[in-house]
Parts: sequence; structure tokens; C-alpha cells
Amino acid sequence: MKLVYLDHNATTPVASEVLEAMHPYFREDFYNPSSIYSPAQKVREKVEEARLKVARLLNAEPSEIVFTSGGTEANNQAIIGGARANRKKGNHIITSAIEHHAVLDTCLRLEKEGFEVTVLPVDQYGTVSPESLQKAIKPETVLVSIMYANNEVGTVQDIKTLAHIARQNGSLFHTDAVQAVGKIKVDVKELGIDMLSLSAHKFYGPKGIGCLYIKKGVKVESLLTGGGQENKMRAGTENTPGIIGLGRAAEFILENREEMEKRIRELEELLRQGIKDRIPDVIFTGHPENRVPGCVSVCFKYIEGESMLLLLDQQGIMASSGSACSSKSLKASHVLLAMGITPEIAHGSLRLSLGKDTKREDIEYVLEVLPGVVEKLRAMSPLYRRGDG
Amino acid sequence: MDKMYTREVMDHFLNPRNVGSVENADGVGEVGNASCGDIMRIEIKVEDDKIADIKFQTFGCAAAIATSSMITELVKGKTLTEAEKITNKKVAEALGGLPPVKMHCSNLAADALKKAIADYRERRIDSDSSGHNLFDRADSDSKAFKDKP
Ligand SMILES: Cc1ncc(COP(=O)(O)O)c(C=O)c1O
Ligand code: FES
Repeated sequence: MKLVYLDHNATTPVASEVLEAMHPYFREDFYNPSSIYSPAQKVREKVEEARLKVARLLNAEPSEIVFTSGGTEANNQAIIGGARANRKKGNHIITSAIEHHAVLDTCLRLEKEGFEVTVLPVDQYGTVSPESLQKAIKPETVLVSIMYANNEVGTVQDIKTLAHIARQNGSLFHTDAVQAVGKIKVDVKELGIDMLSLSAHKFYGPKGIGCLYIKKGVKVESLLTGGGQENKMRAGTENTPGIIGLGRAAEFILENREEMEKRIRELEELLRQGIKDRIPDVIFTGHPENRVPGCVSVCFKYIEGESMLLLLDQQGIMASSGSACSSKSLKASHVLLAMGITPEIAHGSLRLSLGKDTKREDIEYVLEVLPGVVEKLRAMSPLYRRGDG
Repeated sequence: MDKMYTREVMDHFLNPRNVGSVENADGVGEVGNASCGDIMRIEIKVEDDKIADIKFQTFGCAAAIATSSMITELVKGKTLTEAEKITNKKVAEALGGLPPVKMHCSNLAADALKKAIADYRERRIDSDSSGHNLFDRADSDSKAFKDKP
């Protein structure tokens, strides 16, 4: 059976260049980079080389990069560590309604510890307005955390403007850029931000490794206590193959992103237009222009997402959905709901996310299969009456 | 994802039996699912106190579609009294079980069926208020109702 992977926002395959770069550090060069003998010191050099590559990708300094176990840890570290270290400024945190749970639930955890949390709303496209941040921010605001690109609908925020508002107020600004890095240009200096989270497995690196960019001079309390690695910011023996893989993936992105973006945007347009032409009663979600490449988020009226995913899976197509039934909590995606989409429409949500290896044939295959899947489910739906639907 | 559901669930989901609507249905039941917002509709045709025809329409997950399909198979040709005895649990069992988080989906099917039968009875009582032997039957059926826990 033909297999078509269109869930790159969930994770990506490791690029062969990346896998190759990682390989020696499992066996031949397995040494602990903190050890004193020369083979171990060579591994240390490789770790630092990787740090440099990640810094280059972000236009940061190597000393501003702290390796973590991924996006979740980086977000936890930034928010908890940033809020705790700067508590004397105040106890107020601002975030947005469409954040990943790694941010939202972390803010809620701080709320239980006595912080006040403001969750900014978004408009129908999933955009946070600078005005709403301006209104919510106050002298006690320690930290503002707003994601760069959304994982479900792809909407990109005006981080530069939002960060500027925070800076004017003397508040730290963190952005979860897990879905942005690898897809669009990310320059921490141009953005004027204090912290940024990224995760290697979203851009052809391995799972379980990421980093937090912390601007020089920004105070953050480390979450882990132990061996004092990562300049005392992240205790624990380094995941050397992971770090070296992340470095190689960063280099890969630096070299290939622009070309990839162009190709992916073309295929994405083909997919969007094809869906529009072939299937009635569809609602595309996310910002019409300010989106990361490759994220097609769409709701099909009258049907439910989990059943759609299973029928697509039967034909080898892998995707995801924000429907209530497809979530463990039986609640529709908080992102779609925050954008004002009704639970009934959110029920028919489907996310197809493209990647570097997506081919024109893959899109054509999806366009062949998808109309039949939607039609089959609509024929079963009590909400769908042919003719007046 | 197949592993999440049993073979029976996948079979009924992929090849649902009795989808659609019954022409001139004698009873219609439509229910919504409070937990996740799904909707199910069952239409029945009754002849000689038996379910002669039954069709369903479901807006919901694979478990909801499969339980709908399964219940139509389980009750087709059964008397109303027998049909009413079908519980959510029996439908789930017939499907070889459902994942715990999906157990609530099976409520839809049994509830919609009960509603369709109740609708049928109501219509009979309304249109036959003049009486004859219908009264006896309605009475015995309502006892069947009371017998239920
Ligand atoms: C926006 C966003 N933030 C954070 C994460 C978590 O990253 P990780 O899987 O590396 O912990 C993800 C990925 O699932 C994400 O999409
Ligand atoms: S109908 Fe929503 S989870 Fe089954």
C-alpha cells in the first residue's frame, strides 16, 4: 500500500545527514564529554560545535544555548525558571489561548503556586493582537510567553511587536518556536526576545533533544539540580548523539530551508486548491497569509475527525485532527475553540502537514482519496442532507 | 490506529450495516452525546410488533458508527420488547469490547433506539385513541418498560 505521511507538525523523519552525524556517538565516541581523557574531550568539542551550529541558525551566541530534552522541557525551563528568578519584579504572567499544553499547563501550574496568569484571546485566524498584550501588561508582569507558530493551524505571530511591548515594560519575553524553527527564518536578535524554545524532531533531527535560547544577562532559575552541566543550567550527562544530531539538523536547515519552504508552499497551495475544488462545505482555519509553510488545517462540515483519520489510514494516509472524539479529553481542540470555531465545526477538523520529502504524487493521491472519505462519512451523517447541505 | 479498535469495530466502521433512513418510518429517535457532541439518529419500521426495518445515521467517531451499525444488526427482526432489552454493554460486547474512553459512544446507539421505539408507541397511541385491540398491547409493552431496572 502507498504510504503518505502528512503529519510533519507531529514529528519528522531524521534526515540521513543527521543520522550519519549522530552515529559515532553511540559506540565509538560514546565518552562522557565531562571526562578528562582526550577521546572524551573530542566529544566535548563536538558538543560545542553543535552549540555553535544551533546558535548560528538562530543568530545567537553559543553561550546563549542550553540543550534540553526537547520543546516541553525548554518551555518548562523558560516559564518556571524565568518566573521564579524574577519574582521580585512581580507575580504576573501573560500567555495566549492557543499555546501548546507544554506552555499552558506550565502557566497553570505557576498559577497554583501563587502567580497570576492572564491568557490573551486570539482572533478568528489565531492571531494575538499587540493591543491586547498592551492592555494586559502591568508593572508586575514578570514574563510574557507567546508561541511563534501554532502547531495546529500554522498561524505565525508578530513576535517582534509583541516582544517590544514586553521589553518596554521590563518583562521577559519567551516564545515557543518549536513549530517555527526549520520552517521560517528565526533571528533572535531581530525579534528582540529573551528566550526561545526549539525541538530537533520537528526539523529532521532526533526526538528527545532541543534547546532553550536564553539571552545573555537574562536570569533564569534552573529546574534540575545535579552535575552542573550546561553551565549549571541543565544538570545531567549530555545526550551527545542527540546534541550532535540537533547541531547537524540546524546546519541542514540553514543550508536548505529557503529551497524547502518554496517547494513546500507550492505543494501546500496545490493541496488547498484541490480540496476547495473537490469538496464542498469546507472551512480552512489559520491565518490566510501569516502561516508557516506546509500546514493545511481544514474543517469538513457534518463529519467527525477521528473517523476521517481512520478511513485515511486505511488508504495509507497519515494525518491528525483536533476533533473532540480524537482527543483523550473528549474536548475539541482548545486552539480551534479559541479561534471561535464551534465545537460542531471543530469536530470535522483535519490537519495535513507537509515536509521536505512530500512529493507532488503524494498530494495528488490525497486529493484522489480525500473526497471519497468525506463523501462516505457525510452519507452516514444525520446533519448532512444532500441538496440543502 | 487499528489496534485501538477490535476487528469487529473496524469491520462495522468500514462496512456499516443499515445506513440511511427508512421510508415512512414508524419511529424516529435522535440523541446527542453530551461528552463529545456527537449525534445519532435511528429510524424504524414496525410490522407485527417487530422491527421490520431499521436504519441509522451517525455524526461521530468510529466507535459511535460501529455501535450504531451493530445495534441495527442486533435488533433487526426482533420484537420491540426484545429490542428494548439491548443495553449499551451488550452492543459493546458484540463488538469485542471498546476502549474505555470510548464506552460512552455506545450509549448513543441504545438511547437512540429506545427513543425511536418510544416515538413509535406514542404515534400509535395518538393515532389510535379510538381504541380497539391496540390498547392491550400498549399496556403489555408499558409493563415491559417497568420491568427494566
Ligand atoms: C508548539 C509546540 N510546543 C512544544 C512541543 C513539545 O515539544 P517536544 O515534543 O520536543 O517536547 C510541540 C510538539 O509537540 C509543539 O508543537
Ligand atoms: S462519538 Fe465522540 S468519542 Fe465516540
